[in-house]
Amino acid sequence: MPIFKGHGFTPDHWALAPDDAPLSGGRAVVSKVRFLAERDALTARNAPLGLILRSGESLDGLEDDLDRFQLIVLEIPKYTDGRAYSTARLLRERYKYTGELRASGDVLRDQIMFLHRVGFDSFEVTHEGTIAALRDGKIKLVRNHYQAAAREGEESAPGRRPWLRVSPRGVPGDALDMGIDGGGI
Amino acid sequence: MYRYDEFDHDLVRERVAEFSDQVARRLSGELTEDQFKPLRLMNGVYLQLHAYMLRIAVPYGTLSSRQMRKLAHIARTYDRDYGHFTTRQNLQFHWAKLEEVPKILAELAEVEMHCIQTSGNCIRNISADHFAGASADEVIDPRPYAEILRQWSSLHPEFSLLPRKFKLALIGAPNDRAAIQVHDIGLEVKRNEAGELGFAVWVGGGQGRTPMIAKKVRDFLPEADLIAYMEAILRIYNQQGRRDNKFKARIKILVHEMGEAEMKAAIEKEFAAIDETNMVLPRDAVERIERYFAPPPFDTRFNGAPAFERARETDRDFASFVERNVHPHKMRGYAIATVSLKPIGGTPGDMTSAQMDAVAEIAEQYSFDEVRVSHEQNLVLPHVKLEDLPAVYAHLRGAQLATANYGLVTDIIACPGLDYCSLANARSIPIAQRLSERFADPARQRDIGDLKIKISGCINACGHHHVGHIGILGVDRKGEEFYQITLGGSGDETCSIGEIVGKGFSSAGVIDAVETIVDTYLRVRQSADENFLAAYRRVGEAPFQEALYAHAA
Repeated sequence: MPIFKGHGFTPDHWALAPDDAPLSGGRAVVSKVRFLAERDALTARNAPLGLILRSGESLDGLEDDLDRFQLIVLEIPKYTDGRAYSTARLLRERYKYTGELRASGDVLRDQIMFLHRVGFDSFEVTHEGTIAALRDGKIKLVRNHYQAAAREGEESAPGRRPWLRVSPRGVPGDALDMGIDGGGI
Repeated sequence: MYRYDEFDHDLVRERVAEFSDQVARRLSGELTEDQFKPLRLMNGVYLQLHAYMLRIAVPYGTLSSRQMRKLAHIARTYDRDYGHFTTRQNLQFHWAKLEEVPKILAELAEVEMHCIQTSGNCIRNISADHFAGASADEVIDPRPYAEILRQWSSLHPEFSLLPRKFKLALIGAPNDRAAIQVHDIGLEVKRNEAGELGFAVWVGGGQGRTPMIAKKVRDFLPEADLIAYMEAILRIYNQQGRRDNKFKARIKILVHEMGEAEMKAAIEKEFAAIDETNMVLPRDAVERIERYFAPPPFDTRFNGAPAFERARETDRDFASFVERNVHPHKMRGYAIATVSLKPIGGTPGDMTSAQMDAVAEIAEQYSFDEVRVSHEQNLVLPHVKLEDLPAVYAHLRGAQLATANYGLVTDIIACPGLDYCSLANARSIPIAQRLSERFADPARQRDIGDLKIKISGCINACGHHHVGHIGILGVDRKGEEFYQITLGGSGDETCSIGEIVGKGFSSAGVIDAVETIVDTYLRVRQSADENFLAAYRRVGEAPFQEALYAHAA
């Protein structure tokens, strides 16, 4: 499935490795169970490694290895499941994870900004309407925010209320460049 | 009160644009009702039995006259000329047309109002003591913190898809008028022994099908840590709250299953791990919000209130109003007045557009332009000069809003029930109306004294029946409306959950049953000073059961 990242959809160069199949030489995304079981062998490989966390799986036990992953995929089985939003912020803010962070699953267009703000930078979306909206740049969104999140440094902090944040326009990699348009009237 | 600046205006306008786009997509058929549902719920639009219902947030229950007039205008223009005030200090319009919702939202935005997070599994409208900033017993005004938390929780990127809805309430007085112990988080603003500002924090209270009283997890949380601590609690809930069963998804169940000690430890651990650099709440920022809630320019030259005294002596109706609906103010020469939305035989919480306009006018003239909505479905004029009370009373009377029944047996809370709500099992409003008529006699009401009756039309408990001194829960029994009665609940600082007194009653029988309970109380009380709740706590349920069920056995 194509991945939405940066300016638009791109092919996915990552392959999810089933837990019981031997890994090929290239880049691979493994589950938490497999990583913990085969940690030494996996980190000794000379190829990019990704991690997928199923919804409800925590970062417990992975804290010291997070910088080994070029990609972390957080699954969102249903748009109402908000657990990945917390995991994403922990990855970015607490563990300073700087690799690609991907939301994979059932995402509504109105959630793209929330996902962006908690630290996701790529999207593997199953929802047809969301895919179309991303493709056509038709997402209207709220650019002003009342709280700091995982985009400190990118978002500006206007005014005298220290918790206010504003998403930038036109900065490479920001919401605008992701095909998301502001909702101004 | 709080006033929007450009930032706030822009945010709400963007949100209206976003939702207007969604409504247009629904109306064009691009979105199915299923796809539209989560979007409309984030914006306070419910699909009820007969029509869409729009729930408007009234942050911590505070309204200006201008806002009240706008609500009147919306009721007249887009609804059936009335609105319904709820137990979350909000206002509901029950007959909104979906195609007109964007227009209503745009009109609301003009007066700094919106419907954001009045539904959905997110942090709901923050509620607070409806006497805040006015009451004689207040230690600290909780509204600045309620406003800060309103902002923090609005469109929060991490906490908008929680396992279930999440409700916060604040007080700043020893008497709890906001039922904080039956909220997901309850906060009491206080000072510690060193005189510093902070909060006592309760977590895990709630009503619904599993009523629970919240646990105190912090006796004193320093002011600066407020937001970080809230994030810690919400993060634990977001990650660990149950998502497999919506009836077990509220934080109260998590607290119950983890246990109080483990929950406390988990919160403290997460709180300690949060980087507070961008999370700390500095004093000067709080002060800037506090300025919005500065006391109004009270007249401090109090030389007695002769017109007030004279009216109290000569007008018995006014004297009754003062006795029941007027409460002590922190400023000498002023009072707080409750505007009862519980006329005899009426629908609790309903108000016509003409009445809204009348209250707006009175507030503008006599209460520094402020109106409050109470979670008991009444309105409050927070700052009325004693000397002006007779005039206020006369105006209220003219608008049929002078019912002198605050806290009495006819001051009933009731959810909309099966008359409107698609979740309900039974009607609530007709029960409230018939009870109100049964106990209509003012002398009898005064003799009975303080008594809170609360009615819910289903187990979701929007009518707060668990904390009613007498609680009534509508259930469906083989297609028939049936009513279960609980006794001894209370939502104040002595919080308790009511106990089921015995088998339920039919719609016809429940009114007699309540009367039997009230008569039993009058018989067992030690004196008129021992109110219903005190008497119940002393004697227990036995005399009431005896009276209700003895001849049936």
